[in-house]
Amino acid sequence: MELQTIYQNVVEGNAGEVQAGVKAALAEGVEADVILKQALIAAMEEVGKRFEEGDFFVPEMLIAARAMQGGLGLLKPHLVDSGVKAAGKVAIGTVKGDLHDIGKNLVGMMLEGAGFEVLDLGTDVDSQKFVKAVQEGANVVGMSALLTTTMSNMQTTIQALQTAGLRDNVKVVVGGAPVTDAYAKQVGADAFAPDASSAVRVVRQLLA
Amino acid sequence: METKLTSKSKTVVISPELPFVIIGERINPTRRKKLAETMARGDFSVVQEDALKQVEAGAHVLDVNAGIPGGDEPVLLRGAAQAVLEVVDVPLCFDTADPDALKAALEIYPGKALINSTTAEEHMMARVFPLAKQFNAAVIGVISDESGVPTTPEARLEVARKLVNRAGDFGIPPEDIVIDCLALTVGADHNAGRVTLDAMKLVRQELGVNLNLGASNVSFGLPDRKILNIAYLALAIGSGLTTAITDPTVPEIQTAILACDLLTGHDEYAMRWIKAFRKRSQAAA
Repeated sequence: MELQTIYQNVVEGNAGEVQAGVKAALAEGVEADVILKQALIAAMEEVGKRFEEGDFFVPEMLIAARAMQGGLGLLKPHLVDSGVKAAGKVAIGTVKGDLHDIGKNLVGMMLEGAGFEVLDLGTDVDSQKFVKAVQEGANVVGMSALLTTTMSNMQTTIQALQTAGLRDNVKVVVGGAPVTDAYAKQVGADAFAPDASSAVRVVRQLLA
Repeated sequence: METKLTSKSKTVVISPELPFVIIGERINPTRRKKLAETMARGDFSVVQEDALKQVEAGAHVLDVNAGIPGGDEPVLLRGAAQAVLEVVDVPLCFDTADPDALKAALEIYPGKALINSTTAEEHMMARVFPLAKQFNAAVIGVISDESGVPTTPEARLEVARKLVNRAGDFGIPPEDIVIDCLALTVGADHNAGRVTLDAMKLVRQELGVNLNLGASNVSFGLPDRKILNIAYLALAIGSGLTTAITDPTVPEIQTAILACDLLTGHDEYAMRWIKAFRKRSQAAA
């Protein structure tokens, strides 16, 4: 019952209620891992699905993600104590020269909402920053570009990973308005994700 | 302040004292499959169709972007510009971040073009301003710098001031800098629209330069985008916007801009408004 209420409050973006619900569930002895999967992750999957289908708009996704993050913050210490590991570590960023961050932020929130550890490198990210993130343990690099004029920097980053001898240690996913599946292949990425919720599916497949 | 752009035989003047200047945005292969495919193989027929359609719909200047994944941008931008010049006689706006592509296009351009764009980042200005000076072009200056897009109107004014001052160091006068105060989406921050409007008023008042905006970004991620875009365009014009990169083939945009021109005193005896009304009525009949 408690979990269903949390789930609903995440979908509706009621941050305060989500926190209250998570606290109550923990007090009742529900496992943090169970709350995470059945309430938070499940709710963000629903949010992603509605967004993909055009029923949900960006602000609704943002407010749901904020509610989810509030709940996740309360669960984190418990998850660490019980040894629950993140599903993987994903370093995301908008490539060098590009300041667009909405799509990248949505991807980050959805990945977090799916149980991944997200390292957000921000916008205008130099290829060496991505390299450093992989050296520090990221299993996946997610790059975003919204401009035809900056998308070639995805290739620059992939080459930098190669030069650093790290290309085989990491999966690379790319996305953004001008990016296509064919372009992803051309620059040597492992996958293309057209939007935030497919990014979660793609990352899951790559790490499976 | 007047920003003059020229083609072979036409002059377009951007000024708060004159009708609003529409820069047609459609020649851009992002998310336009057919345009991208034809352009990539050096076929500029769709580019030419777009040029004609936009000028017919009221574009005063045409933006030309030839950024195609894996494409040879200098060759494509120059080719697209030449193709456009074969069919229409309006000033062009070269939309690229590649200095070689920019140079290739400016070299064959027979007038005073607009460059889209530079930010206030030192390395960008050092690349773009010398070319603007060499080829006598005007430049759109986007108010972001090494630390990103400032969050307050006052900070955006300072970045605009830096753009104008640095352009001056390269011998480019303030009237050849058109400032873009950047409309970020209200879908991610509901105050984003207001901050940009306030920044525009400040820049207009303090620097007196012309203002440009890519006005459709404001509605990203929201339903009924067209209504938001048109309302924002009207608000922006009220805040000092003198030109915008937009799609004049969308009838509502074209009509809203004509209405703004009339309502801000730039359509004597409402002649353009009435003429456009007749044209719509005939098309509907």
